[in-house]
Amino acid sequence: MDTESSSSAGRRRRRRGLVPYWLLGPGLIWLTIFFVIPMYFMARLALNSGTLETGFQFSWEFSNFSDAISRYDTQFVRSLIYASAATAIALLIAYPLAYAIAFRAGRWKNVLLFAVVAPFFTTYLIRTIGWTTILSDDSVVVDVLQTVGILDQGGRLLATPTAVIAGITYNFLPFMVLPIYASLERIDTRLIEAAKDLYSNARQAFFKVTLPLSAPGVVAGTLLTFIPAAGDYINAIFLGSSNQSMVGNAIQSLYLNLRDYPTAAALSFIMMVAILALVILYIRFAGSEALMGEEGEAK
Amino acid sequence: MNSGPIKWLRHHAVSLFAGLAIIYLLVPIAVIAVFSFNDPEGKFNYTWRGFTTQYWEDIFAIPQLNDAMVTSLQLAAVSTLIATILGTMIALALVRHQFFGRRVTNLLIVIPLATPEVVIGASLLSMFLIYGLPLGFTTLLLAHVMFSIGFVVIVVRSRLIGFDRGLEEAARDLGATPWTTFRTITLPLLAPGLMGAALLAFALSIDDFVISNFNAGTTETFPLYIFGAAQRGIPVQVYTLATMLFVVTVAAMALVTWQQRRAEQMAAVRADDPIPPLPAAAGGAS
Repeated sequence: MDTESSSSAGRRRRRRGLVPYWLLGPGLIWLTIFFVIPMYFMARLALNSGTLETGFQFSWEFSNFSDAISRYDTQFVRSLIYASAATAIALLIAYPLAYAIAFRAGRWKNVLLFAVVAPFFTTYLIRTIGWTTILSDDSVVVDVLQTVGILDQGGRLLATPTAVIAGITYNFLPFMVLPIYASLERIDTRLIEAAKDLYSNARQAFFKVTLPLSAPGVVAGTLLTFIPAAGDYINAIFLGSSNQSMVGNAIQSLYLNLRDYPTAAALSFIMMVAILALVILYIRFAGSEALMGEEGEAK
Repeated sequence: MNSGPIKWLRHHAVSLFAGLAIIYLLVPIAVIAVFSFNDPEGKFNYTWRGFTTQYWEDIFAIPQLNDAMVTSLQLAAVSTLIATILGTMIALALVRHQFFGRRVTNLLIVIPLATPEVVIGASLLSMFLIYGLPLGFTTLLLAHVMFSIGFVVIVVRSRLIGFDRGLEEAARDLGATPWTTFRTITLPLLAPGLMGAALLAFALSIDDFVISNFNAGTTETFPLYIFGAAQRGIPVQVYTLATMLFVVTVAAMALVTWQQRRAEQMAAVRADDPIPPLPAAAGGAS
C-alpha cells in the first residue's frame, strides 16, 4: 500500500517533469529548423564555388570571405557608421522622451506610449515613403532650409547620408524609447527623494541615481536600435542613392539580382559575426540582464 | 534672477522636448493620411496638387494590390495562429516549470530577435536554395512563424509573471482536473494577454518586408507590392489602404487594452506590473 502510493507519486512526478518539454518542444523545434539550421546552410553556401551558369559546388572556398570583404568594405564601414550615428541620435531623442513619459506625463502616460508605438501600425515601407515625401526636392522642408541658407539653392536632402541616417533614426526610435521607459518606470522614486534629502541638487540626483538605474534600459535600447539599423537597406533605397548603399543593399542585390550566392552568403555571414562580436563586447562592457530579461521566472 | 518665461521654459524643457519628439514620430503617419486625399498629376504622389476623395472611393480599384493585400492578410492570420500557440506554450513552460535547458531556451528566443533581418532572410533563402524548396506562400509562412514566436513569448511571459494563481489553486481544491483548471480559469484570465501577443504577431507579419523579400519567390504581399510599385510610381490607393490599416489596427489595439484593464480589475492581476502591455512589444525589429 505504502510502496504503491509512493511509486505512483514518483510516476506522477516524472510525468510532470516531462510537461515543460512537451510545452517547449514544438516552438523550439520550429526555431531550430528555421533559425539555427539555416545559419549552418548559409555558412555552407558561403564555401561553395562556381557560378549560376555552371552550378555551385561545395569546395571549402574560403576565398569567398576575403572576396566579399574586399569588394564590399565601403558598404560595410558605411553601415557601421550610419548605424552608430542613428543609434546615438536616437538615444539623445529617446532618453528625454522616455523620462518625460515616466515622470512627467501623469494621466497622459498611456496616450504618449501609444504615440510612441503608433509608427508600428503603419507599414515600414509606407513610413519611409512618408519621409521621401517630406524630404523631396520641392517639399516645404527643403524650401525652408534653402531660404535659411543651410542648404544651397538647388541643394537636396534626398540622396544624402543625412536623409538615410534620419530615416534609420526614425524607423528604430521606438526600440530605443520603450526599453528606456521600462527601466525608468521601474525606479523606486524614493531613491531620488532620498538623494535630494541628502542635499544633492536635481542634476546630481539625476547623474548619480536616475541615470545609473536606467542603464539596463539604455543598453537594451542601444542594441535593439543598432542591430536592425546596421542591417537595414530600405532607408538607403528610398532616401539615399547608390552612394549611400549599405551592406544590406549589397546582400540583397547579390542574392536576388546578381544571384552570386556564395559571395552573398559569405557577406551576410561576416555581417552576422561582426554584429554578434560587437554585441558580446558591448554586453561584457555594460551587463547582460537587460537583454535576457530572465528576472521574475520560476525559481 | 530668472524672469518668468525663462524659468517656465527651464522647468518644462523636458516636457517640451518630449512633445516635439512625439510630433516627429507622428509626422510621417499624418503625411500618409493627408496624401491619401491628394490628386497627384503624374505617377508619383510626392507633391500636393489638390484635395480629392476619389482614391478612397476607388480604394479597391487595383486588382494586383488587392491580391497582395489578401495574401498578406491570409499569411498574417495563419502565422499569428501558429506563433501564438507555440509561443504561449514556451512562455508557460518558462514561467511555471523548472527544467533543464532554460538558458538554451532563453538564447533560442532572444538571438533571433537580435539578429539583423537581412541575415535571417538570407540564411533561410540559403537553406531553401540548397534543398530546392520552391519559394512562395509556404516558405513565407515558415519564416513568419519563426520570427513571431519570440515576440509572443515575451508578451505572454510578462502577463504570466503578474498572474495571481489563487483562483487556479481554488479550482484545484474544488476538484477540477489540471486541464479543466487551465480551460476554465487560466485561459480566460490570460485571454487579453494572448490577444495582445496575437495582435503584435499579426502586425509584425503584415509589416514584414525584408525577410519576405528574400523568401517570397513570385508571391506578392502588401509590402512587396509597394516595393515593386515604388520604381514605376506608387498608386494613391497604397496610401489609402495604409491609412485604413492604421485606423483598424489602432482600434483593435485600443479594444485589447481596454479588455486587458477590465480583466486586471476582475482578477486582481497585479496592477502595478512595471511592464505595460505595449512596451513589452519592444523586443526587436519591425
